[in-house]
Amino acid sequence: MTTPFALPAASAGALARLGWTLADGWTLARREFAQLRRQPSELVTMLAVPAMLVLLFGYVFGGSIQVPGDGDYRSYLMPGMFAMVALLGVASSATMIATDIGAGVMDRFRSLPMARSAVPLGRAVADLLTGAAGIAVMAGLGLAVGWRPHGSVAATAAGFALVLLLRFATTWVGITIGLSVPPATAEAMVPVVFPVTMLSNSFVPTDGMPAWLRTVCDWNPVSSLVAACRDLFGNPGGGPHPALPEQHPVAVTLLWAGVLLAVFVPLATARYRASGR
Amino acid sequence: MPPTAAPPPLAIEARGLTKRYGATCALRGVDLAVPAGTVCGLLGPNGAGKTTVVRILATLTRPDAGSATVAGCDVVGRPDQVRYRIGLAGQHAAVDGILTARDNLRMFGRLYHLGARRARDRADRLLARFDLTAAADRPVRTFSGGMRRRLDLAASLILAPAVLFLDEPTTGLDPRGRSEVWTAVRRLVTDGTTVLLTTQYLDEADRLADRIVLVDDGRVLRSGTPAELKAQAGGERLEVVLRDPADLDRAVAAVAAATDAEPVPQPGGGRLGVAVPDGSAALFAAVRALDAARIATADVGVRRPTLDDVFLRFTGDAAERQGAA
Repeated sequence: MTTPFALPAASAGALARLGWTLADGWTLARREFAQLRRQPSELVTMLAVPAMLVLLFGYVFGGSIQVPGDGDYRSYLMPGMFAMVALLGVASSATMIATDIGAGVMDRFRSLPMARSAVPLGRAVADLLTGAAGIAVMAGLGLAVGWRPHGSVAATAAGFALVLLLRFATTWVGITIGLSVPPATAEAMVPVVFPVTMLSNSFVPTDGMPAWLRTVCDWNPVSSLVAACRDLFGNPGGGPHPALPEQHPVAVTLLWAGVLLAVFVPLATARYRASGR
Repeated sequence: MPPTAAPPPLAIEARGLTKRYGATCALRGVDLAVPAGTVCGLLGPNGAGKTTVVRILATLTRPDAGSATVAGCDVVGRPDQVRYRIGLAGQHAAVDGILTARDNLRMFGRLYHLGARRARDRADRLLARFDLTAAADRPVRTFSGGMRRRLDLAASLILAPAVLFLDEPTTGLDPRGRSEVWTAVRRLVTDGTTVLLTTQYLDEADRLADRIVLVDDGRVLRSGTPAELKAQAGGERLEVVLRDPADLDRAVAAVAAATDAEPVPQPGGGRLGVAVPDGSAALFAAVRALDAARIATADVGVRRPTLDDVFLRFTGDAAERQGAA
């Protein structure tokens, strides 16, 4: 039995292997764009809850919430909504991976001569781009309800870059979860994202909370990201911040992203490698 | 590096494969030898360990002990080389339901590193070969079960693999879907592919496999050609059903004399059965003897053992052993 195609040398050097990893990762990322093109409703579903919260909090509760510095509540709220979209990367990655495992597609990938890290990498890259699309939609919604970035173009770009960075970092958490728990459990975990985003300075300042809860919320990476965005966008609730992790919000957000990536990139890859049950 | 010219005499060779999942022992030392170009049917009840064998040979799972080569490459030491030489289809390897059939095949072609153009050409050829060209641009989730399995099979053949693993390829299919898959598999075999097939369907193993390996409780119980296994399950049986159950004793005597064997009354009344070396000779002799004795029969027939008999007989042994242990 001969193979009609020349095989790429499986024993190629490290650089060639890296090349295959990136190429395989990109092929898998393209698969997800093709899926999104066929089912654009997925993106809408993903954004339904944050969009509803913008309207609910922006117009129903917002009138009675006192914003620090007497700003407009909807402008105060939007950085928190960007952070929520960032954190949804956990949910979308965990469910996507779980779906592939449940359907058997993951087994097919594992039987192919692909780089082992290509599957998580492809998911992370695809998620970064769908996440960017989600944040663009959310920014459009923000503009529609009166939110405006007041900082420089560079500061605004830096704010969105931070949001995307945290999305990219938390996606690896989702990939690890998706590879570690049964598919049904992964899907059941999706709603957990919402309280996690709410346990922060996203909706209300943390000053009014009990001390223990306030500590939890101040150290939530979401709070750092939100504080950083408020500073960079010049939105109400920007610095100076009383809580320690929010005094240098950009640095703390970068640190969080770095820590998450350093822990979960190797963990997700190892889980994928080991998932031969 | 293209694979070397001389094909190995055995396409699959496994020795002492052992695998535990926590407290349960899925495989307790499985040996397997499948000559190139043949179909081996791995037959056994649910939970027998068939799928674990396939998962190990397809490099999805590592064995705890034992070794195996597939198409001449070690599954533990050189999984990448194995993956270039195998295809995996069936219940455990799937296609993407949201994408179209064409997009699925192109994607898998790219993941085999064919390059965009060759992946496209290969996808078109496989779609035509599996009669899916008309449906090529429909999302796979709109496919019937049989179409989906054919696409699944096409996806496992992108590199024209030397060894193809089919894990319960027709489970859950309707009769038409099953026969579609069988036709496709037979065609592959004539092209020289070695196939390892797992199934719980005895007729499927009987129709497709050159050799059957009967697995239960993580062990190989028996192996051989379908005919050999049927012979091991016992030879042909002559069965007689009487019009009048009262004739049973006379009938037993008559059939005993005619066949030179010991007929045994069967449950249900007015029935007897006897194992005979030559079914058709015994049939004529018994009919003549019964006729001479004026015993009226409702039915006389020769029953050849089916793989069902093999299956029940040998897997039953294992269940008893386990119960006794």
